[in-house]
Amino acid sequence: MELDIVELSRLQFAATALFHFLFVPLTLGLSVIVAIMNTVYVMTNRPIWRQMTKFWGMLFGINFAIGVATGLTMEFEFGMNWSYYSQYVGDIFGAPLALEGLMAFFLEATFVGLFFFGWDKLSKVQHMIVTWLVAIGSNFSALWILIANGWMQNPVGAEFNPLTMRMEMTNFFDVIFNEVAQAKFVHTVSAGYVTAAVFVIGVSSWYMLKGRHFELARRSITVAASFGLASALSVVVLGDESGYSTGHSQKMKLAAIEAMWETEPAPASFTLLGWPDQEARETKYAIRIPYVMGLIGTRSLTEEIEGIEELVQEAEKRVRSGIIAYDALMKIRENRGDVPPEVKLQFENHGDDLGFALLLKRYVDDPREADEEMIRKAADDTVPHVWPLFWAFRIMVAIGFTFIAVLGYFFYTASFRGMRFPRWALRLGVLIIPLPWIAVELGWIVAEYGRQPWVVDSILPTALGVSSLSVGQVAFTLAGFVLLYTVLFIVEIGLMVKYIRKGPTEDVAETEAWMDRHRKRLRGCADDDEAVLTPGE
Amino acid sequence: MILHEFLSFEFLRLAWWVLLGVLLIGFALTDGFDLGIGTMLPFIGRTDAERRVMINTIGPVWEGNQVWFVLGGGAIFAAWPLLYGVSFSGFYMAMFAILASLILRPVAFKYRSKRPGRLWRSSWDWALFIGSAGPALLFGVAVGNVIQGVPFHLTDDLRSVYEGSFWGLLNPFALLAGVVSLSMMVMHGAAWLTVKAEGAFVGRARIAGERAALIAIAAFLLAGLWLAFGIEGYRFAAPVAHDGPSNPRLTEVLREGSWLAAYAARPWIAIAPVLGVLGALLAWRGFRSGRETGVILSSALSITGIISTVGLTMFPVILPSSSDPVSSLTVWDSSSSHMTLFVMLVSAVLFMPLIIAYTAWVYRVLWGKLKEEDVKEGGSAY
Repeated sequence: MELDIVELSRLQFAATALFHFLFVPLTLGLSVIVAIMNTVYVMTNRPIWRQMTKFWGMLFGINFAIGVATGLTMEFEFGMNWSYYSQYVGDIFGAPLALEGLMAFFLEATFVGLFFFGWDKLSKVQHMIVTWLVAIGSNFSALWILIANGWMQNPVGAEFNPLTMRMEMTNFFDVIFNEVAQAKFVHTVSAGYVTAAVFVIGVSSWYMLKGRHFELARRSITVAASFGLASALSVVVLGDESGYSTGHSQKMKLAAIEAMWETEPAPASFTLLGWPDQEARETKYAIRIPYVMGLIGTRSLTEEIEGIEELVQEAEKRVRSGIIAYDALMKIRENRGDVPPEVKLQFENHGDDLGFALLLKRYVDDPREADEEMIRKAADDTVPHVWPLFWAFRIMVAIGFTFIAVLGYFFYTASFRGMRFPRWALRLGVLIIPLPWIAVELGWIVAEYGRQPWVVDSILPTALGVSSLSVGQVAFTLAGFVLLYTVLFIVEIGLMVKYIRKGPTEDVAETEAWMDRHRKRLRGCADDDEAVLTPGE
Repeated sequence: MILHEFLSFEFLRLAWWVLLGVLLIGFALTDGFDLGIGTMLPFIGRTDAERRVMINTIGPVWEGNQVWFVLGGGAIFAAWPLLYGVSFSGFYMAMFAILASLILRPVAFKYRSKRPGRLWRSSWDWALFIGSAGPALLFGVAVGNVIQGVPFHLTDDLRSVYEGSFWGLLNPFALLAGVVSLSMMVMHGAAWLTVKAEGAFVGRARIAGERAALIAIAAFLLAGLWLAFGIEGYRFAAPVAHDGPSNPRLTEVLREGSWLAAYAARPWIAIAPVLGVLGALLAWRGFRSGRETGVILSSALSITGIISTVGLTMFPVILPSSSDPVSSLTVWDSSSSHMTLFVMLVSAVLFMPLIIAYTAWVYRVLWGKLKEEDVKEGGSAY
């Protein structure tokens, strides 16, 4: 029965996290795009930019509301469904979550109300600052969440305390400046920027196809294409950085993503496509490019990347060492106050492998009683499912490169070809709207599914992290969340479509009047009186 | 890093116990009036325009207010990880109910005004009611259960096992605590409406506020009597080290005597329940005599007093276990490590004043009464 609880809890976490992550990237990116538009409004004083700020800001708001609502679930789910995880690593993992509230979420949530309601109560510059504070808050939020997540991937700055039965922080700066967390942060927020840029371009292309709101669409594309292109490049570069840091902190994940069954002589070849076969530990129909993998993973021609076969052998050694650590832990617990020095030494030497002994809990209550067969199985368990990772990664990367091409084209045409988009290009702009969401969800799967069987890499197996709940309880809440989220999703999409169809509704007369004057002036017959009335144009 | 040793482990634990209280009070003082107004919405607001004014008095600020709740959760996770794991997994179904109703709330705010249909709007009004009254009641129910002790035990691995059921949470004393919490939030919401809105419904809100203040006083006093005669308290079997390892199984807690023994040991804590009752009385008088700013300050005072009463009465126990008292969580055996508490305290000391400053600025910018003319359709109003 215990496995069922684990699987249901994982399913619930995955479902709620993936759903939450449908809204986060758009919020991250759109907040910045809206802040840029607001800034242009303050600099040029042209009403169209205010209209754009309000229009995209409204779509941001609809999306933000669901992002916040579903984020609540994430914050409390660790305690509800993963209470042993919370006890075991809360000393480290809880801190960035609390700091997220303290430094980031308070900022964005306090000012987001003023963004919508403050137009008449604030000066232009004040309002612009408020908009930027919302954007900064959102992005800082992502930083702290990814520091927390980065620690699960690469648990630095902490050690196990036998008296409290948990991991405890030894160096806060190691946790913050964790290289995995930093690379992940830039990779993830850039992906959010691309998502928003593709969204803005897609909606604007649709307006152009329909011959509506041309001025708004044209300017929106200019902002989104330049912002999006820079971000798309950053996603790929930082994705590579992620891969590099994964190469030395999470060797098994890298090997699984690349279906590297065995260690190859350096520099290893890159498997472009193929069909990974977990049972036989080989990749069928593989198309390989020589040298490339070694270059990405190690940035050298001589270093080797370890294959799955070798990593399993290492894991087996660590399971055996973990059993010795577990034995020491039990002795420390029995002796409480005065622990014999040889037991202390035993734990110091093997404590880092304690997590590997916990892998045996799936087969036997006391890891010290494990037989050879169990040890071998536990070592095998450290290999994640290869084919989903292999494919998720490749699709994500392909979409990433597609964005560089598409956003590059839109940027070029908007900047140097006077917005003369052929209809096929505009249709393409509309068609690719869903792609960023596919890419970011796959990215989440690569990061989290690729870490299995660990919830914290090499420290705590996922199966042990769950709460002591009944199958019925978790099944009930899983069904509840799915139902609730489905309704929310339908309502959200319905409203988004409705408001996109409707187009900008605020400041219409003012913007039209300005547009007329602006066109006249461009034709060289501006009415002087009117020009004086609107300074700064 | 040795910096953290400048502050003793004992001091840090005490500081985080206080901060836990500050966050809960901060949540009740800010999001409290949002929940109160959501609860009154279908009853006080008779026309759509009235309801829209009510919603828009909290429209620009509820998101920031709700962060007190999120930050409370994060701070419990960071500073009291055992409390976070034990209580949230133990109160599993209740937490799900709170989450589900809180998820409805932001969506209802945002979406209600986006379509004109009557059915659309009244559906979201009831969603707001559930999303407000539900959590307001359940928070009190949770506290009521904590006071009585919760059936759970910790294994030697410190895995928490909850032995009760969801329906067991809905016992008479807990429901009484729920009434205290719901009525004080309605009182607070009514006070906010008198400050922030104009219109016929404000008179109705005042009457609701009067009644809520009286109910809060009655239920609070009744709960006190119940504690004196019907509920056992918890205490340490022997004095414990205040800087010992965070492992509840290494310290022994007994279920014995009365919670109210705390008032004999530390008479000064009586100030908290006195403020709780006095504040509500002042609020009641303020509602009757038509005061505005005075009412909201009184109701804030009352809420602060009531929540402090719970914490001070139970100190140093945080979450007692009724089935295995040794597993009870206390200030001295369930916190984070010395270093984590230090890092978090430094961050809180740096950022809390900043948060309070910019929140105050936002409230000042939005200052002023809201009327029906202010909430024109199609604008940025909810």
